[in-house]
Amino acid sequence: MSARVGIVVFPGTNCELDVAWAVERFGGTPETLWHADAELRGADAVVVPGGFAHGDYLRTGAIARFSPVMEAVARFAAAGGPVVGICNGFQVLTEAGLLPGALQKNAGLSFLCETVRCRVETRRSALTALAEPGRMLHLPINHFEGNYVCDETTLRRLRTDDRVVLRYVRNPNGSLDDIAGICSEQRNVVGLMPHPERAAEPLLGSTDGAVLLRSLLATASERAAVA
Amino acid sequence: MRYEARIEITHLPGIADPQGTTVERSLPALGYDNVLQVRVGKSIRLVIDAPDEDAARAQIDEMCHRLLANPVIEAYAIELTELAAAT
Repeated sequence: MSARVGIVVFPGTNCELDVAWAVERFGGTPETLWHADAELRGADAVVVPGGFAHGDYLRTGAIARFSPVMEAVARFAAAGGPVVGICNGFQVLTEAGLLPGALQKNAGLSFLCETVRCRVETRRSALTALAEPGRMLHLPINHFEGNYVCDETTLRRLRTDDRVVLRYVRNPNGSLDDIAGICSEQRNVVGLMPHPERAAEPLLGSTDGAVLLRSLLATASERAAVA
Repeated sequence: MRYEARIEITHLPGIADPQGTTVERSLPALGYDNVLQVRVGKSIRLVIDAPDEDAARAQIDEMCHRLLANPVIEAYAIELTELAAAT
């Protein structure tokens, strides 16, 4: 059965069509969820895509976390549902408290738009279930606030619990411990700055995002089958 | 009572301040060699109706915690001024 992937759209989100296209390409069924919707309409997985939710006013993700849909996303996540935040979506998930830490302005204050090499650090997450640890992925980044920070205790826990999902090979933004992506304690909520949906077809220059999206769809299908 | 609040949001100690660092490097480039440290924060002004100063402060504190600041990376300071009664 095709996994239904709910794609959250806030005013200012701009990567929802790319994500929907990629989800469809790998056999999933994308479903757009408007930020004012209070429910997820039977989604087996949720993606919070990139963009500038609510104009990034105040702080990236700060206003978005109060959208009605986020309560439904939080309930879904608490019940073990796979939730992935990409770029601005990662920022939204940290503001919403679904992932620890925060994303700061890039060191050097440069807006980054380039393809970077990332290393898969663990298989134990909704986004990396099919990826071997150590595998290198070429993924595009496109952000001004991708500089991950958290306190020492949180960092220690992320490391000892094997919750750093992706690391940059060459740190582009000053991110703590080269972190490009992390997951929640239950490993079902994942946030990452790189855009796997933009590396999902040879024409785009890389297909390395495919293994991540396939992992998400596999996790979602598995969950749908059990439910 | 009506109060004007000035809320100053700064980075928590130990949290990198990329904007501050960049400005700190830029000022000497303009010849201001004696600038030793720059931190860039945010300032929010709001006017609030509350029974007294304590109530106003408590409410703004809650607002800062829930929305205006991100306690993971930011600290905030609240300064209140009582406004003259509206005529």
